[in-house]
Amino acid sequence: MTITISKDTQFEAVIGLEVHVELSTATKLFCGCANDFGSDPNTNVCPVCMALPGSLPVLNERVVEFALRIGEALDFDVPTQSVFHRKNYFYPDMPKNFQTSQYDQPICMDGKLEIQTSEGTKVIRIERAHMEEDTGKSTHVGSSGRLHGADYSLVDYNRAGVPLMEIVSRPDISSSQEARAYVSELRAVLKSIDVSDVKMEEGSMRVDANVSVRPVGQEQLGIRAEIKNMNSLRSLGRAVDFEIARQIALVKSGEPVIQETRHWDENAGKTSSMRSKEEANDYRYFPEPDLVPVVPTDDMREMVHSSMPELPAQKRTRLVDDWNISDSDARTLVSNPELYEFVQVAVSIGGTDIAKDATSFAIIEVAGELNEKGLAIDVAPITSENLAQVCTLVANAELSRNQAKTLLGYLVDRGGVVSSLVQELGLKQVSDTGALEAIVDEVLAQYSDDVAQWADADEGKRKKLQGFFMGKCMAQSKGQGNPQIFNSLIESKLGN
Amino acid sequence: MTKITSNQVRHVANLARLRVSDEEVQTFTNQLEGLLEHFSAISAIDTKGVQPTSHPIAINNVFRKDVPTPSLSQEQVLSNAPSSEDNRFSVPQILGESE
Repeated sequence: MTITISKDTQFEAVIGLEVHVELSTATKLFCGCANDFGSDPNTNVCPVCMALPGSLPVLNERVVEFALRIGEALDFDVPTQSVFHRKNYFYPDMPKNFQTSQYDQPICMDGKLEIQTSEGTKVIRIERAHMEEDTGKSTHVGSSGRLHGADYSLVDYNRAGVPLMEIVSRPDISSSQEARAYVSELRAVLKSIDVSDVKMEEGSMRVDANVSVRPVGQEQLGIRAEIKNMNSLRSLGRAVDFEIARQIALVKSGEPVIQETRHWDENAGKTSSMRSKEEANDYRYFPEPDLVPVVPTDDMREMVHSSMPELPAQKRTRLVDDWNISDSDARTLVSNPELYEFVQVAVSIGGTDIAKDATSFAIIEVAGELNEKGLAIDVAPITSENLAQVCTLVANAELSRNQAKTLLGYLVDRGGVVSSLVQELGLKQVSDTGALEAIVDEVLAQYSDDVAQWADADEGKRKKLQGFFMGKCMAQSKGQGNPQIFNSLIESKLGN
Repeated sequence: MTKITSNQVRHVANLARLRVSDEEVQTFTNQLEGLLEHFSAISAIDTKGVQPTSHPIAINNVFRKDVPTPSLSQEQVLSNAPSSEDNRFSVPQILGESE
């Protein structure tokens, strides 16, 4: 059924993401050349990755291990056998004139990933993940101001043959927010299983988005466009939003959406049509005769299964349960391994009782301050021991939260010994009821006019008065009085 | 059995970057037609329940350790290049590239 379009028609977006991840192996997929980002041009190149006659590829066993880890982490089926195919196209970034990839028998099939959306948890199905080789890097040289008349390109084959996993989602994503959540969670998972450094900015994680729109209620999918060249989560979100709006405008004005590849221009903030590498995408896949099938054995599967680390979602659940912290704080910690490590060590020193304070102080006071200074936590003067000690003082009511913040500020700045800083800065919290009571009596006597208003005051007014007395008491104690004790003393003395 | 058309021959020639004349298209169409006919004998075999062969040799899992081995020198790598610049291969303008 096709729905008639009017100006009031509501549209929904249907988005699938193809994510290419460079695997952090020591060597390339099919040869022993170093998999090294940033080497001099054409120094990590050999007859195999240059496809010189007579050379033969041999599969890197670590790539299979990484692929199996990805299979485990994203809940994929790993079929008995997987096979490599040649994907044929002519383009100077592939010296072989084909890319060795996988076609109808990929190593991973039917996986899934849970993401958090504004409406709760959503499962994004993942169609497949397959192994393939990366291409070389071309630099295009423009004609303007050049001696050589014609435009030409310079190619560096260091990256040709670097192992990639291509992870293809089903079109289960319906907004730019969900697209970002998916990529962000996928990145966290891949990072936690240590198969890639997943840096979108450096290209070790590359995301292409297949976007289409259709009127709400229509079953049939719209024509999709494939968007390339988003190199941050932010640009992914912007590109998807732009493309959805572009396609809706086209459909509303009765114009066709063309199935094509479009290039995202970050500066212009729009997508534009790209002429495709190979018309009609006729890649003439056929089985790679130089490589034998991959048949993951029970031993290989078991080895990967038993060595899986805790995944981000599991870790977040554990932190929320064991440390009694919020989901959003758990998210912050899990996505910042260094910060997590910093808090984790503090908690192992001070016990889980301090975990909630340690987390919140670490995120706001410590990481917040360090971010402003542009300093990494592992080289900052403050230590996990410091954090644990401060949190313990707060737990024992020897330090107020505000005093703790002041103290942490000093520690972030220049480090030091907590016990001596407490002395030096006069930060000891006074919890001696006798001493505090004397202060409360003094304040109430001094402001007897205000005390007189208490009896007839309504709840709002009483709150105000109490806050006023509290402020005076704190000032009188030079900020050292225990606020909880002050509060209960003030309340009991004023009565009902 | 399906007939090969001259358009299919042109399409395949284009994918393989082969320039073919109209006469050649006719010749190849006839030749490929004959070839396919020859192979059509295979279609007569009952392959129901037979797994497709992905490799002629019945071995699996040939792996290499993830240990670096020496690469070629830049000079060796570029020695066969018709043209190079800044230690990179210089190639003619790539058609179909938008940037």
